[in-house]
Amino acid sequence: MRHIISIQLENEAGALSRVAGLFSARGFNIESLTVATTNDPTLSRMTIVSVGNDGIIEQIVKQLNKLVDVVTVTDLTATEHIERELLLVKIRVSKDTQASVDTQLDNFNAKIIDAAEDAYTVELAGKSQKINDFIDAFNVSQIIEVSRTGVIGVCQKI
Amino acid sequence: MKLNGAQILVNSLKNEGVSHIFGYPGGAVLHIYDALDACNEIKHILVRHEQGAAHGADGYARASGKCGVTLVTSGPGITNAVTGIATAYMDSIPMVIISGQVPSPLIGNDAFQEVDAVGITRSCVKHNFLIKDINQIASTIKKAFHIATTGRPGPVLIDIPKDITIATIEEQPYPEEVEMRSYQVVGRADIAQIKVAADLIAQAKTPIVYAGGGCIIGNADQELREFTQTLNFPITQTLMGLGAYPATDKQSLGMLGMHGTYEANMAMHGSDCVIAVGARFDDRVTANIDKFCPNAKIIHIDIDPTSISKNVAVDAPIVGDVKSVLIDLIAAMKDRSIQNIDLWWKQIDEWRGVDSMAYASKEGIIKPQRVIEALYEVTKGQAIVTSDVGQHQMWAAQYYPFDEPRRWINSGGLGTMGFGLPAAMGAKLACPDMDVACVTGEGSIQMMTQELSTMLQYATPVKIVNLNNGYLGMVRQWQEFFYDKRYSMSYMEALPDFVKLAESYGHMGIKVEKESDLMPALIEAFKQKDRTVFLDIITDPTENVFPMIPSGAGHNEMLLAGRDEMASTNDAGLNLV
Repeated sequence: MRHIISIQLENEAGALSRVAGLFSARGFNIESLTVATTNDPTLSRMTIVSVGNDGIIEQIVKQLNKLVDVVTVTDLTATEHIERELLLVKIRVSKDTQASVDTQLDNFNAKIIDAAEDAYTVELAGKSQKINDFIDAFNVSQIIEVSRTGVIGVCQKI
Repeated sequence: MKLNGAQILVNSLKNEGVSHIFGYPGGAVLHIYDALDACNEIKHILVRHEQGAAHGADGYARASGKCGVTLVTSGPGITNAVTGIATAYMDSIPMVIISGQVPSPLIGNDAFQEVDAVGITRSCVKHNFLIKDINQIASTIKKAFHIATTGRPGPVLIDIPKDITIATIEEQPYPEEVEMRSYQVVGRADIAQIKVAADLIAQAKTPIVYAGGGCIIGNADQELREFTQTLNFPITQTLMGLGAYPATDKQSLGMLGMHGTYEANMAMHGSDCVIAVGARFDDRVTANIDKFCPNAKIIHIDIDPTSISKNVAVDAPIVGDVKSVLIDLIAAMKDRSIQNIDLWWKQIDEWRGVDSMAYASKEGIIKPQRVIEALYEVTKGQAIVTSDVGQHQMWAAQYYPFDEPRRWINSGGLGTMGFGLPAAMGAKLACPDMDVACVTGEGSIQMMTQELSTMLQYATPVKIVNLNNGYLGMVRQWQEFFYDKRYSMSYMEALPDFVKLAESYGHMGIKVEKESDLMPALIEAFKQKDRTVFLDIITDPTENVFPMIPSGAGHNEMLLAGRDEMASTNDAGLNLV
């Protein structure tokens, strides 16, 4: 099952590689990983999406907690939570396809942030499934380049 | 007064009560060595190879219970030490390793003797640091010792660039406390977890205590003894747990696992309640996990939550320091009555009757098992015994019953050949009044013979018991059983004359080829209180380690010595439940 694991860790050199190294050394799977500092400049927030059965996820959470640089570990999927991912995608457009592309953009509430003569750069935020559906709405030949941030999330409870 | 970084480092080590450092100098640590030269409180042991430094500090830590300290230079200094660091990590040994690094401005430039020490060691240390500022030296050392010695102990590396060791600042007091929001030490367990376990124990008809190295690291041998003896439960110990409970006591079933006793493994298989104390269900212990303890409720006491339910699903987890958990559990059992387990003991005694440690003597050939028994007799069971890795390690574990903790020192987790000799040196430095023996083989010893030189320089008299069968015996044994006797690369030709080798290092060497010479040679060796003696003992080249659980088999499917077939697929224990 897919889990979103949110980690607060010391904002120190090497902290990211400790986490990434743990996943590769123990054969845990990473679907996505994002990291940035928080409002507290001494802390970073890392969000990892991993897939595994309950035993594996339990080990991942425990092993992360064991890392000396890790301050907190939360399995967001275990509670009510909100998740988002940001997509930037370049889509090829021509006179023939422009209308249908525009319709799709409207359907998904996606935003054009740069329009060249033959391509749009489009921004879309949402759950990963929505991002997948959006990309799938186009022909492979229409997609020039895809860049996704990976998932971030927060607990709904304070 | 202004101090340079090297002086601050050495002062910090003094403040941590460090008495011995095992190390080797080099360019990046010259300032530190200069500061050490002015320090009388710390004895530096100059090894001959950095792996020996790490194993030496490790042996010192295991024998004394204190934190071992290693000092090496950058580049090859630290890479040579990595095997020793990984060895300590796998066995949860408290160690602080200080490695020099190229000057800060050169880091990342492929400078001479530069490696990414923090990167290379990341997966085999509990934690590591790269010091970037002279003001961080003292606080980093304080943190390193705190992390290394608390919770589940382990090695901590501090990498320190050369320029930081020569920069100067005003002398400052050494920090008294450590505050780390991201590192909390586990202490007493949740009382609710204790109660669940106590209720399971009270219902058990065929219980067994399975004790591991955590009981020794956690200094919980007295509590383990009280717990086990109050309940009159049988107890088995892992390779790392030997000595946590007196092996000569009637409740002890000996070691379990791949080369464990028949009674220990059968009792595990038959048990309805396994009480794991500071053990981690290693694959050498569980054998085939699908066949592991089919009827047992499993109680698991461990300070490290990641050990719990990692390999085996646990019914009653208890996360806590083993010593305090056992105290709480002993108290909890006072309010509960336990089942009569006379029938269980009767069954165990029947298994004991199989006498799985029996071995056949051969005329004119020295049996390795006999050598260990003789070592036990000569030392009256009171020596510290280190070992290398292989058949001799198993025989030492099987035939030298340890009654006290910190007497049996071996590389259980990583299985590092070459560990035994430098570890013996470290143990002798930690416990100068004790006899120290290193049980080894002609394969393992050749990985670290250079430390014989160190042992002369620092006068650490150790008795080396070399079980020389001309084979990498454990490899040969597996090739005999599982590779149709194709002995690929397991025979060693061109062995050195170990007696001359020992003599050339200034030690005494004795070659033993006849069993009648064995006891006299051992007695002579241990009479030499001030000398290292190398006993090169020519043993049966075809002897195998039994009992053995072949891979894929369960605890009740053991190969026993002198019996061609699988001893038994015996479910007798299960019928009692």
